[in-house]
Amino acid sequence: MGHYLPSTDAQRRDMLDMLGLSGLDDLYAAAPAHLILKDGPHIPPGKSELEVRRDMAALAAKNTVFPSVFRGAGAYRHYIPAIVSSVTAKETFLTAYTPYQAEVSQGVLQSIFEYQTMICELTGMDVSNASVYDGASAAAEAVAMCRDKKRTKALVSAAAHPDVIETIRTYCWGAGAEMALIPAENGSTDMKALTDMLDVGVSCVYIQQPNYFGVIEDADAIGEAAHAAGAKYIMGINPIAAALLKTPGECGADVAVGEGQPLGMPLAFGGPYLGFMAATSALMRKLPGRIVGQTADAAGRRAFVLTLQAREQHIRREKASSNICSNQALCAMTAAAYMAAMGPGGLRDVARQCLSKAHYLAGALQKLGFGLVYQKEYFHEFVTICPCDSAALLAYLESRGVLGGLPVGDGILWCATEMNSKADMDVLAGLIDLYLKGGARA
Amino acid sequence: MTIQNDLLYSKSHEWIRFTGDNTAQIGLTDFAQDSLGSLVFINLPEEGDALSAGESFGDVESVKAVSDIISPVSGTVAAINTELLDAPEKINEDPYGTWLIEAGDITDKDDLLSAAEYEAFCSEEG
Amino acid sequence: MKLLFEKSVAGRASSILPVCDVPVVDLADNCKRQRPLRLPELSENDISRHYSQLERRAHGVNNGFYPLGSCTMKYNPRVNEAVAALPGFTDIHPLQPAHTVQGALEALSLAEKYLCAITGMDAMTFQPAAGAHGELTGVLLIKKYHEARGDTARVKIIVPDSAHGTNPATAAMAAMSVVNIPSGPDGCVDLDKLRAAVGPDTAGLMLTNPNTLGIFEKDILEITKIVHDAGGLVYYDGANPNAVMGVIRPGDMGFDCVHLNLHKTFSTPHGGGGPGSGAVGCKDFLAPYLPKPHVGVKDDAYCFRGDCPESIGKVKSFYGNFLVVLRALAYITTLGRESVADAAKNAVLNANYMMKRLSECYSVANTGLCMHEFVLTLEKEAKEKHITAMDIAKALLDRGIHPPTMYFPLIVHEALMVEPTETEGKETLDEAADIFIDIYRQAMADPESVHSFPLTTPVGRPDEVAAARNPILRYTFE
Repeated sequence: MGHYLPSTDAQRRDMLDMLGLSGLDDLYAAAPAHLILKDGPHIPPGKSELEVRRDMAALAAKNTVFPSVFRGAGAYRHYIPAIVSSVTAKETFLTAYTPYQAEVSQGVLQSIFEYQTMICELTGMDVSNASVYDGASAAAEAVAMCRDKKRTKALVSAAAHPDVIETIRTYCWGAGAEMALIPAENGSTDMKALTDMLDVGVSCVYIQQPNYFGVIEDADAIGEAAHAAGAKYIMGINPIAAALLKTPGECGADVAVGEGQPLGMPLAFGGPYLGFMAATSALMRKLPGRIVGQTADAAGRRAFVLTLQAREQHIRREKASSNICSNQALCAMTAAAYMAAMGPGGLRDVARQCLSKAHYLAGALQKLGFGLVYQKEYFHEFVTICPCDSAALLAYLESRGVLGGLPVGDGILWCATEMNSKADMDVLAGLIDLYLKGGARA
Repeated sequence: MTIQNDLLYSKSHEWIRFTGDNTAQIGLTDFAQDSLGSLVFINLPEEGDALSAGESFGDVESVKAVSDIISPVSGTVAAINTELLDAPEKINEDPYGTWLIEAGDITDKDDLLSAAEYEAFCSEEG
Repeated sequence: MKLLFEKSVAGRASSILPVCDVPVVDLADNCKRQRPLRLPELSENDISRHYSQLERRAHGVNNGFYPLGSCTMKYNPRVNEAVAALPGFTDIHPLQPAHTVQGALEALSLAEKYLCAITGMDAMTFQPAAGAHGELTGVLLIKKYHEARGDTARVKIIVPDSAHGTNPATAAMAAMSVVNIPSGPDGCVDLDKLRAAVGPDTAGLMLTNPNTLGIFEKDILEITKIVHDAGGLVYYDGANPNAVMGVIRPGDMGFDCVHLNLHKTFSTPHGGGGPGSGAVGCKDFLAPYLPKPHVGVKDDAYCFRGDCPESIGKVKSFYGNFLVVLRALAYITTLGRESVADAAKNAVLNANYMMKRLSECYSVANTGLCMHEFVLTLEKEAKEKHITAMDIAKALLDRGIHPPTMYFPLIVHEALMVEPTETEGKETLDEAADIFIDIYRQAMADPESVHSFPLTTPVGRPDEVAAARNPILRYTFE
C-alpha cells in the first residue's frame, strides 16, 4: 500500500492517452508475455510508514546494544561529535549523485578535496583518492596497483586482519596472481621469513600497523627489506593511531591504506565504512577510483573537478586497473567532518587516550592472571591469555552488559578506546575477579 | 589538417620517419592529435622494450578518452622522448616535430602509406 | 569559497573529550610520528557554516529534477533514514555473538528473501559495497563455477558494445579477456554476432536488460539460450532493473546471477557517490560460491554459516554496507507486492511521456517505446551548428535541472541519456520538457550563445585539461 508515486490516476490517463496506449501493461510489449508476473512478486503486501517504522524498530530491538565494549578487531567504538552527523545528514549531500557536473557540485567536490588533503596529512603520503569501499578492499586494490608484468606476487603479513587477508586472497585469485602469507612470529611479521620470501617476482609487501594483535610493527625495517628486493611497500594503518605513530610516508611506504571507520562512523554491524587510500606521487596515476583536482573556470575562479579520469573504467574499459566507480563518498565526508571537529589536538588526544586506556586495562587484566601473550609495544589492542574457559567468561560478561574481548586462538584480543572510562574498566575487572573466584557462577 | 610529404604513415594515424636502414622515429599525426583533443598524459614504453608491428606500445590520454599508440614496425625501443612525460601538449602544438619513440633493430614493418595515400585515407575517415 | 584549511586559526578547538582518567602513556620514541599533523583548527560554528555553505553549492534530488540516465535518481524516502539511524542497528559490533544480533541477521535474511523473489534468484549476498563490486563478485562466481568443473578453457567474457565500462573492467579484474560484440541496428544484441562469438572458451555474457539505450532486449530468451548452449553463464548487470522490478524477473529471462544497485533501484541515497550496496543474487547452483559468511538458520535462530568451503572468499570485511541494506528493506516493506511493480510501470510511463514530449525537437536514438530511460542524440546539431550534448547539459544547469548522463552509451554520438524515474509527477515532467525544448530552440536560434553556459552557477565550466595536465590534488600549506 505504501508508495512514492505523485501521479494521480487522471494524470496517468492523460499521459497514456498522449502515448496512444490503453494501459500501463502496454508499455511491456517487447517483453515475453508469458514471463510477466500477473500478481507482482511473492513478497508481503505493502505497509504504511508507521507500520514500517514499527516493524524495523522491532527488528532493532532484537539486537543487544552493549553499554560497555572491549572488542575491536577491525571495528572500533569511538565518540562521534554531534556536529558530524548533522553535517552528513544534510539532504543535498545525502541525495546527490557522483559530482559529474562540476558547476553544480562544487560543494561535494571541495569536501572531497579537503578529505584528500586530510588523508595525505594523516598518512604522510603525497596523493589520496576520493575513497574506496573499506579497509579490506583498499588493501586488495593497493596490491593490484603494485602489480606489473614482471612482478606479480604479493606477500601479505599473517598478522594483518583476517578479513583483509581473505579479501586480498580473493582479488588475487580473481586476477590470476599469487599471494603468499608472511608468517607471524611472536605476534608480529616475521622479518627472517620475509627476507627469505622476497625475490624478483614479488610485487609488494603488505603489513598492518598496528597489526591485528595490536602490536606495533617495525615498519621501517619491513619497508627497507621490501625496497631492497625491488618490491613496493603497502601499509594498512589505523587512522586514530596515525595521529601518534610514525606515518607510512615516514616509514617509506609506497601506498597507505586503511579502514576509516574510526573517523566518525558508527559500528553499524560492519558497514558502511570507509576505505582510504593514498600513495606517493610516482604512483598517482595507478591509484584506482575517483580523484578530485583543483583548477579554475574561464573567469579564473577556483574550481574543483573529477580528474585523471582516463585511468578509470568508463574510459579505459578492459584496460582499467580497477572497475570501481561508486565509492563511500558520504563516509569520506564523515571522516573529514570528524577530523575537522577533533582538530589536530583533539585527534592526538583520542589516540593518546586509546593508548593510555589500553595500557590501564592490560594492567588490570594482568593482575587477574590474564598475562600479555606478546611482550611488545602495542597501541589500543592486545592479546592476553585466559586463565579460564574464555567462552564461558565472555558469556558471563555479556550477561552483565559487557562485550568482552574477541577470542583469538587460545587467548583474548582486548581493545580500549576513549569510550571506556576508568570506572567501566574497574567494573570489568571486578566482574572478572568475581567470576574467577566462583562468585558469579550460579 | 597538415600532412608532411617526407614521412610515411599508418592507418592508425602514426607517422614514421626513417633515420637509417633500421632505425626510425615514430609520432602521432596532426589528424590524430586533432581528433583526440588536448592531450593530458602519455604512457610510453621503456628503452629496450620489444616493438611489434600492429601492436600497441603506449597510449595517450585526453580528458575524456584514451587511445592506444600502435607501432608501425617491429624492433626495439631505442629511445623515448622523456620531455613528453611532463609536457604531452607538445604533441598538440607540433605533431610532426614531436617524436614519441625511436625504434631500432627494425626487422619488419606494416604496409605504410605515403603522404598522398594517407591524405586520401583521412578524407575517407573524416 | 575558502577551504577548511584556509579558515583554520591556530589554537582554536572544541571541547569534546573529558580529561583522560587513567595515567597517560606515551609511545616509544622510535614509533612516534615526526611530521606535524596539520588538520584545520576550527570552532563547531565554523564547521557548521562551512558545510552549510558547501551544501548550497551542490545539487541533490531534494533540490530538483535529476534525470541522470542509468543512475535512477528517484526520491530517497526519509523513513529509510530514520530506520537506519536506530541505535539497535548503528551501535552493534560486527563481531558480536549471533544471539545478540538476531534482528540484524533477520533483516539481512528478509532482504535476501524479498530481493530473491523480485529477481527470480535463489540466494543473495550483501557483501559487495557498490555495483561494480557486485559485478566483480558475480563474475568471480562464474569463474569459480567453471573452475570447479575443471572447465578451465573458459576465459572469455562477452559484452555488447553498448555496455557500461564497468563490465569490461570487471572481466579484466577476473583475468578474463573481453569479447566486444556490436549491437544491431535497433540497439539490441545482434543474435548472429552473439552466435559467432560464443564457443568452448566462453565463460559468460554480461548484459543489462533493459539495455543502455533503454530498450528491452526482445530476444532475451534466445540470448540466454545461446550462451547456455555454448556452456557459458549469463550475468545480469543491475544498472537498470527499475524498469522491470516486480514485472519481469531476470531469473525467468535466463540469467544465472544478478547484481542490484540498492542505491539506485531500491531508493537508498547516493551520498554524493556512495555508499551504495551491490547485492548479488544467483541461482542455486552458484550459491555455494557466494562470498562468506552467509546468513543461515540453525536451531531456530539466525546465524552466519561458516561452512562455505567452495566460497570465492571475501570481497570486503564483515557483511557489506549493512545500513544501506536496511534502507532498501524498509523501502521494499513499504511498497510490498502491489507497489513494486507499480513503481516500475510508472517509471516506464514517465520516461515514455518525457521522450514523446522531447521528440518534438530532439532526435531520439531509437524508435518505439522505451523502458525507464531513453537516449537523445545531438549528432546532427553538433555537425551542423556546433551545438553539443555538453552545451545542452550545461544550459540545463542554469534552469535548476541536473543534466542527463552525457556521452553514454558510447554507440550513440552526442548522447544525452534521460531517466526521469517514477517519483516525478506529470507537472514536473512538463516543466522540465518545456525547459529542454526552450533551450533547444534558443540554441538553434543563436548557436554561439550556448557555449558559455552555465552563467548562474558558483563557477563556470572548469578547465579540465589544466586539472589533468598539472594535477593539484591537495591543499598546499604555506
